[in-house]
Amino acid sequence: MKKLLTAIVAAGIVALSASPAWSTDTELVTDNGGVESLRGHEEISDINKSESLKRVPRDQLPIDREYIQQPPLIPHTIRGYQVNLNANKCLSCHSFKNAGEMGATKISVTHFETRDGTTLSDVSPRRYFCLQCHVTQADAKPLVENDFKPVDSLQ
Amino acid sequence: MLKLLKRLWFIMKTPSSAAFGLVLFLGFAGGIIFWGGFNTGMEATNTEQFCSSCHAPIVKEIQETIHYANRSGVRAICSDCHVPHNWTDKIVRKVQASKELVAFAMGTISTEEKFQARRGYLANREWHRMKENNSQECRNCHEFDFMDFSEQGARSVKQHSTALASGDKTCVDCHKGIAHKLPDMSGIEGW
Repeated sequence: MKKLLTAIVAAGIVALSASPAWSTDTELVTDNGGVESLRGHEEISDINKSESLKRVPRDQLPIDREYIQQPPLIPHTIRGYQVNLNANKCLSCHSFKNAGEMGATKISVTHFETRDGTTLSDVSPRRYFCLQCHVTQADAKPLVENDFKPVDSLQ
Repeated sequence: MLKLLKRLWFIMKTPSSAAFGLVLFLGFAGGIIFWGGFNTGMEATNTEQFCSSCHAPIVKEIQETIHYANRSGVRAICSDCHVPHNWTDKIVRKVQASKELVAFAMGTISTEEKFQARRGYLANREWHRMKENNSQECRNCHEFDFMDFSEQGARSVKQHSTALASGDKTCVDCHKGIAHKLPDMSGIEGW
């Protein structure tokens, strides 16, 4: 009886000391939960080394779309362009009013529609911030492999 | 009496060469000190530090633009664009600036709200000034005759070789808000 009691207590101590709650194992003391991301094994509290900035080509020919609904990409630099309540630099060339004179692509008529389908007389507020959908391109290596292929009609 | 007058006339007519030299020397030295001092004082009002002593928030705006920091370190400070470089125009602008001291004393743009409300007016005044002098302050560095179109982007060439070359437009007609946040642009040509 006494032996059995000793064995249970001993087993209990071993079980408790082995459980993670009591562990002092350093590998588990992290603040990212041991999750590895595309950036590698980075602690949330660490300041990551920033990637060097990619250069955006100054002027390119229009870039083809990869799928029908893709917002067209911006084939030029946009450094210093202001898009805010006061001014929209993009629209100073791409608006219906200015596109002809500037030789720029007009924004799509869909940009005048509110989300319930009403067409407004000017760009709908939800479509005003161009850079939410349209982005510049740089010669950057993809982070993951991608074998996406556009449909035949776009190839 | 007449004798005294005669004597005075003689002294005036024949100054000693030492006094003559002294007067000349004092004239030169005084000239150098006053002119030099005046110019130094005026140059001191052209520094970034001087401008930001009142216009701190607006001087901060330029810091993210290419005229403040760039790859090669060639830069323009406030006075390079806002004060004419040639002497007479500079003096005229500096005298005009005394009006701005009154506005400063009255607190015309002493708060952020007051400044934002007046920003459109102030920007328009500066655009107008630059349009009047054919964007001279841009051209002090960016000389049209030495622009190499083969080095420019296609969009730049298109505008520079037509509207700018013919004199129809001047720099500031298109290049607004290159160093500052823009005011409300509704109603401005081209926006």
